Amino acid sequence: MGKGWRQPFPFFVTMDIPLLIAIFPQVLLDGIILGFMYALIALGYTMVYGVLEFINFAHSEIFILGAFVGVEILLTLKRWALLGAVSPFLILAVLLLAGMAASGLLAVTVERVAYRPLRGAPRLVPLISAIGVSFFLQDAIRLFESLWNNQFNLVYPTMDQLNVRISLTENIDIPVKSIVVIFGALFMLWALWLLVNRTKIGKAIRAVAEDQGTASLMGINVNAMISITFLIGGAMGGAAGVLFGVQYSLINPYSGFIPGLKAFTAAVLGGIGNIPGAMMGGLVLGLLEAFAASYLSLLTGGAFGAEYKDIFAFSILILILIFRPKGLLGEVVRERA
Amino acid sequence: MRRSGFWVLCIAVLVGVLAVAPAGAGQSKGTVKIATQSPLSGDQAAVGEGIKLGTQLAIEQLKGPIEKLGFKVELVPFDDQAKPDVGVANARNMITDKEILAVVGHYNSGVAIPSSEVYKEVGLVEISPANTNPKITDRGLPNVNRVCGRDDVQGDVGAEFAKGQKVKSVYIIHDKTTYGQSVAEFFRDRAKKLGIEVMGFEGTEEKSNFDPILTPIRAKNPDMLYFGGIYSQAGPLFKQAREKGIKAKFLGPDGVDSPDLAKIAGSAVVGMFYTTAAGPVAYYPKAKEFAKTYKDKFQKSPEPYAAESYDSAAIALKAIEAAIKASGGNLPARDLVAKEVRKVKYSGITGNIAFDSKGDREKAGYFILQVVSEDPAKWDSNKLLERKEIAPPAAK
Repeated sequence: MGKGWRQPFPFFVTMDIPLLIAIFPQVLLDGIILGFMYALIALGYTMVYGVLEFINFAHSEIFILGAFVGVEILLTLKRWALLGAVSPFLILAVLLLAGMAASGLLAVTVERVAYRPLRGAPRLVPLISAIGVSFFLQDAIRLFESLWNNQFNLVYPTMDQLNVRISLTENIDIPVKSIVVIFGALFMLWALWLLVNRTKIGKAIRAVAEDQGTASLMGINVNAMISITFLIGGAMGGAAGVLFGVQYSLINPYSGFIPGLKAFTAAVLGGIGNIPGAMMGGLVLGLLEAFAASYLSLLTGGAFGAEYKDIFAFSILILILIFRPKGLLGEVVRERA
Repeated sequence: MRRSGFWVLCIAVLVGVLAVAPAGAGQSKGTVKIATQSPLSGDQAAVGEGIKLGTQLAIEQLKGPIEKLGFKVELVPFDDQAKPDVGVANARNMITDKEILAVVGHYNSGVAIPSSEVYKEVGLVEISPANTNPKITDRGLPNVNRVCGRDDVQGDVGAEFAKGQKVKSVYIIHDKTTYGQSVAEFFRDRAKKLGIEVMGFEGTEEKSNFDPILTPIRAKNPDMLYFGGIYSQAGPLFKQAREKGIKAKFLGPDGVDSPDLAKIAGSAVVGMFYTTAAGPVAYYPKAKEFAKTYKDKFQKSPEPYAAESYDSAAIALKAIEAAIKASGGNLPARDLVAKEVRKVKYSGITGNIAFDSKGDREKAGYFILQVVSEDPAKWDSNKLLERKEIAPPAAK
């Protein structure tokens, strides 16, 4: 590429500055979309941690269940030839609601069956229970899909209206579905913020997070509040699952694991237990990943490729946590008597 | 005591089984087993299943001569999950069963290479229907053979085809596995020699979100996008590439050859080119009968490499038959079977097969095809653009 401005250092010989600048907005956009996805999943981890100081490792499967419910509904609609007939935005709304309901209920069930009986036990016990639930759910979904569809990989059918690309400039455009992902995520984060900060239920949840014993003395039903926390966190995960499927289209029963792990990281990065923190952590991690994957090989002349994106993103993460051990916005920790 | 009644029943059943068992087995001299190893679960199961079913069909149809010698023939399928550690663990399991005399497998070269080191310990012969990495045979193991072509040739064939399509620049992505990375490297090296500009060479283990990798590709606007890897990853990559507005031609190696690619990527892969060492069944005159039986029996078209697996198993059966005769009608030693495999000259459904001193097929077929439809059921009718018979390169 002769037109590039070349630096004298051998390491940067092939660096092409105009290209780097040209793709910048697109990379930013990729990162934001990924970041919102992580943020939505991270909420499930962070809310549960805020209330119970416990990491729900089964959340990655609760998340991917949303994606599976979405794809099953879409495939059914396709079978009935309704896919082109109904507005894709209406379909998407139905998918989101169904995914949220399924994942939310699953989260509540998991809490009731696998965590509540262990509430008084030492902290590592429910953690191990959560890992077990995670494995169980992965293979339960796999079993169901092999029996039901005889498929391992499931593909979201394409909805053409959602794939239209809107050009912002000559070099940057955005498909409608990505706009839906961004605004869907923003809307849900806003609704959650209202719920937690402006309603009675939100107040009760915060009270339980502060001190379970005192909250129950004040007449709050602690078990119900914990169930609601799981319901909301699970529903957010389910919505993220549907959006994940619509955005990236291919899912399998193990697809939830890596995004789940990244979202957990995002929750820690933002300050675990902290809801705005989860959102910020998700965005930071999404952007780091997108920039690393797009720019590493361009900046290093191919010496480090896109495969180093996670190493790069997690190195930055470690640095941030060294200087801000409680995360970007600080961990929410209960006062202890 | 309700419990004691249960135990009495158990013992009664056990005694019954023991009494009947020897009577049934008395007729035959024993059993010979042919094992398969391929991914039967997970995201590459579609092709892995074809390897098992092709072998199964061969055993059912061709076991006659060995049964006449007084042996039963059994298929033992193993699931390597496309993971090297699982393949090696299965191999360890296999070598303890002396009745297993041959292995048909694997699908992934990265799994086949370490597993074959285990087979070698006991001289167990492996006939590979699908492993194209040069290292499979270049290690010179006496027990390893393959009926398919090699990636060094396949990479060259791909690059020469690209040149013929007037491609001036190419961007290469691979999956970082032994198979995918090396075929991509062979393609890259040949493409460079032919004067095609290589705009990028990237490895990724990503399975769902290819956005950040595709953004620079779109900006660089290459004539062709090459993916060295397997269909389960190629599907979302090609689909997202088209959605992102990348107009490059697509090319991939035999790993992308599966109806599941069309299932995943849909219209994005219509017009995509791929090179393969597994000819489409429709182009082998002798394979028509095979395709029909396969479809009747398993209710689906043979996957790529199912026909090669059939031939691999047929060769294994021939070699076992010869080895039984050579050992005076007794269960033969494993290394004897391995020696017999190298001697077999077989006219199979994928053409004439004979192995050279390294275990490569003396002349292997290489094909270039183009996807014609987004309907997975029409994968069989993909258009054949070129067909070559090429001998493996001389040993270095």
